[in-house]
Amino acid sequence: MQIKPILSALRRHKAGTFLIAMQIALTLAIVCNALFIIQQRLAHLAEPSGLDEPNIFVIQNEWVGASTPEQLDAKMREDLGVLRALPGVQDVTLSNSYPLRGGGWDDGVKLTADQVQDTTGATIYFADERFIDTLGLKLIAGRNFRAEEITPMNVRDRLGPPVVMVTKALADKLFPAGDAVGKTIYLVGGPTTIVGVVDLLQAQSVDRWAQSFAYRSVIVPKRLAISLGVFYIVRTQPGQLDAAMRAAPKALFAHNPRRVINDEDGVLSFKEVRAKAYERDRGMAILMGLICVTLLAITAAGIVGLTSFWVGQRRKQIGVRRALGATRQDILEYFLTENLLISCGGALFGVLLAVAINLWLVTRFELHRLSLVYLLMGVVILLLLGQGAVLAPAMRASRVSPVEATRSV
Amino acid sequence: MFRYYLDLAMRSLMRNKVLTALMVVAIALGIGASMTTLTVLHVLSGDPLPGVSGSLFYPQVDPRDMDGYDASKPLPEQVTWIDGMNLLHARRADRQALMTGGAVPIQPAQSGIEPFYSDARYTTSDFFPMFRVPFLYGHGWNPSDDESRARVVVITRSLNDKLFGGKDSTGQTLRMKDTAFRVIGVLDSWRPNPHFYDVNTGRYSNSEDVFVPLGASRDAHLDHDGSTDCWGTGGGDEEHAETEPCVWLQFWVQLDSPDKVAAYREFLTHYSQEQKALGRFARPVKVGLPGLMEWMDINKVVPGDVRLQTWLAFGFLLVCLVNTIGLMLAKFLRRAGELGVRRALGASKREVFAQLMVESAVIGLAGGLGGLLLAFGGLWLVRRQPSDYASLAHLDPTMLLATFVLAIGATLLAGLLPAWRACQIAPALQLKSQ
Repeated sequence: MQIKPILSALRRHKAGTFLIAMQIALTLAIVCNALFIIQQRLAHLAEPSGLDEPNIFVIQNEWVGASTPEQLDAKMREDLGVLRALPGVQDVTLSNSYPLRGGGWDDGVKLTADQVQDTTGATIYFADERFIDTLGLKLIAGRNFRAEEITPMNVRDRLGPPVVMVTKALADKLFPAGDAVGKTIYLVGGPTTIVGVVDLLQAQSVDRWAQSFAYRSVIVPKRLAISLGVFYIVRTQPGQLDAAMRAAPKALFAHNPRRVINDEDGVLSFKEVRAKAYERDRGMAILMGLICVTLLAITAAGIVGLTSFWVGQRRKQIGVRRALGATRQDILEYFLTENLLISCGGALFGVLLAVAINLWLVTRFELHRLSLVYLLMGVVILLLLGQGAVLAPAMRASRVSPVEATRSV
Repeated sequence: MFRYYLDLAMRSLMRNKVLTALMVVAIALGIGASMTTLTVLHVLSGDPLPGVSGSLFYPQVDPRDMDGYDASKPLPEQVTWIDGMNLLHARRADRQALMTGGAVPIQPAQSGIEPFYSDARYTTSDFFPMFRVPFLYGHGWNPSDDESRARVVVITRSLNDKLFGGKDSTGQTLRMKDTAFRVIGVLDSWRPNPHFYDVNTGRYSNSEDVFVPLGASRDAHLDHDGSTDCWGTGGGDEEHAETEPCVWLQFWVQLDSPDKVAAYREFLTHYSQEQKALGRFARPVKVGLPGLMEWMDINKVVPGDVRLQTWLAFGFLLVCLVNTIGLMLAKFLRRAGELGVRRALGASKREVFAQLMVESAVIGLAGGLGGLLLAFGGLWLVRRQPSDYASLAHLDPTMLLATFVLAIGATLLAGLLPAWRACQIAPALQLKSQ
C-alpha cells in the first residue's frame, strides 16, 4: 500500500483530518483516565473487611433518658444476654464501631512514652472476649481477651487498657520483625501490652481520611458505656440472618422499651453496610463506564459521517482508479489505511493529552499516576474503533463501479 | 430574511435526517451531561445565606501545645470551651455565637409517639439574628437566658408538626433526656446549604430540629455529637469538656465593615498574645478569620467526585462539539453547488455565512431542548442517589436559561469554522462543474 498518495490526498482535507484526529485524541484522553478511575474504584470495592460478612448484622442502640454509666453498662450486658438467647444466633458482641461504618474513633499509636510524633494512626475498636469469634476474625498469634479483662469505660475515663490486640497490618508496621506479642505500645492514656494479633480487620471508614491506617486497628478490652451509638454486632448461623434480624429488635424492646432503634438504619445486615460504604465508588464507576461507552459511540458516528462524506466527494476519483486497474481490495485498503494514519496521529496526541490530564488530576483530586497499560488499552480500543467505523463507508467506496469515471466529464 | 434562512435551514436539515439526528443527539448528550453536573455543582457550591454571608466570619486561634508543631499545618477547625467563652464574652463583633452539635432523645408527652432521637444544636442567643433564622411562632432566647442557663428550646417547623400538630406550641413543655424544656420558638422552614456553621455534622444534611442554650445543654448532660480534637492530656472527656484541652465548638462572628474585620483580626492576635503570656497558649501566635465562603473552600465542602464529574462532563461536551464541527463541515461543503448558485445570483459572503449560522443555531436549539430533557432525567437519577445532597438537585430558572445559552452558543461556535470554509467557495468553480 502506497502511503504517499494518501498523505497528499489528506493535505487537501486539512480541516476534516484535523477534526477527526482531535476527536480521537480527546476521546482517548478521557477514556484512558476514566478507565483508570473505574479500575481504582473497583479495586477499592474489592478490599476485604476480614469479617464473616454473610452472617453478620449490626444493631445501633440508643438509650432514652438519663442513666449513670454503671446503669448503662448493666443494661447493655442484659441486652447481650437477650440477643444471645435468640434462635439462630451464634454469637453477639458490642463495640463502639465496626468496619465500613463510615466514622468512629481513631487515635495515634506510639512506640515510646516520650515520642513527639505518632508512629501511626489506628482505628480503635472496643471489644469483649466474644469480639473475635463474633466477627469471624482469625487470631494468628498470642491469645484472645479473657472475660475478666473486659472493663466498662465511661466518658470520664482515658483510654489506657492494660492489654490490647492489634491487627497484623499494625503489628507489621510497629514491629517488622514479627514479634509483636508481649511488646508494649503507647496509646493516648498510657502504655499497654499486645497480647494477640488478628489477621485482617478493616478500618471503620473506607474514605480517604482513613486510608493512611486502612487495616491498622487496635482492639481494646472495653465496653463503652454511653447513651449514644453503641453497636451490637450479631453473628447468626448460616441461613438464619433474616429471621434473627427481624426477631432481635422485638426481643430488645420487649426486654426494655426505653430505647431507640431507628427504623431506617437501626438494624443493618453487613451486606447493606457494605453497599452503603461503597455506593459513591460504585456510582462513580458506573457513571465513568457510561460516559466511556457514549463517547466511543459518538466518536465512531463522527468517523462514519465524515468518511461517508469523503467517499461521496471522491466517487469520481475512485471510479478513475478502478478504471485504471485498482481492485476493490485496493480501494478498501486505501480508506482503511487513511483512517489508520489519522487515528495514529490522533492517538499520539491523545496519549500526551491523557498523561497531561492525569497529571492535573493527580494534583487536584489525589488520584494515582496513570499506568502504561491503560494508555495502551485506550490506543488499541480507539484504533479498532476507527477501523470498525470506517469499514462501512470504505465498503461502499469499494463498490463504486469504474463506469463512474466516465460520467459527467 | 431571517425567516427565509430558517426555511432554508429546515429544508437542509430535513434532507439528511441521519446526519442531522447525529448532530442533535451529540449536542443533546453533551449539554445534558454538562448541565446535570453543573447544576449539582451550582447547588452544592451555592451561598447558604445570600446577602448575609459576606459579613460572617469564622475566627480561629491555636491553643495547642508544641507536640507535633508544624508552622505549615492549618489552624484548629474549632475552638475550646475556654477560648469560645472568652471570645463570646469579649463582644468585640457586631454579633457572635458559640455552638456545637448534638443528639437528644425526645420523649413526647403524647401517647402514640415513641421516643426518638433528634439532631440538636447547642448555641447562644445571637445564633438566630446573626444567621437571619425565620420564626413561625415565638422567638429565640436572650443573652440573659444564656447566662442563667434557662431550660428553653426552639424547635423547627417539621418537629412542631410532628409533636404539636403544627399549632403554636410556645409555652409547651418538651422532655429531652428526662429534662423538661419550655418551647419558646418555632422556626419557619430553614435549611441553609451547605450546612455551613458546622461542616462536621453533615455537609448538606437537614439542619437540626432542636436548638438549646449551650449552658443548659451542659447542665442537662445532653450528648455532644461531631468532631472533638484533643491534644496533650485531653481524652475527650464529655463531662469535663469545659476544661479539657480539646476543640469541639464552632464560633461565628458578624462583622459589618472591612474596618471591623481588620480590628477583629487585631483583637484575635492580641487575645492570642495575652493567652500566651498567661501560659495557656504555647505556639507562635497565628490567627485566622476566614469569611463564610472562604471557610467553605478551605473545608472542600463540595465533594471531589462532584467536581471531577463536572470536568468529565465538559470534556464530554468538547468531544461532542468537535464531532459536530466535523459533521457540519461535511454537510456545508457538500452543498457547495447550492451555495455557489446563491453566490452567483448575488448573495454576499456575509449573507451565505448568516444563512449557515442560522442553520447551526437551529441545530443548537434542538440540541438544547434534547439536552434539557436529558438534564431533567440526569437530575432525577441524582435525586435517587442516597447522598445527603440528593434532594437538592433541581434545575432552577438560572440554570434553565444557562442550558439554552450554552447549547446555542456552543453550536454557533461549532458552526463558525464550517460556515467560514463554505463561504470561501468560488462560485464560478462550482457553476462550471454543474
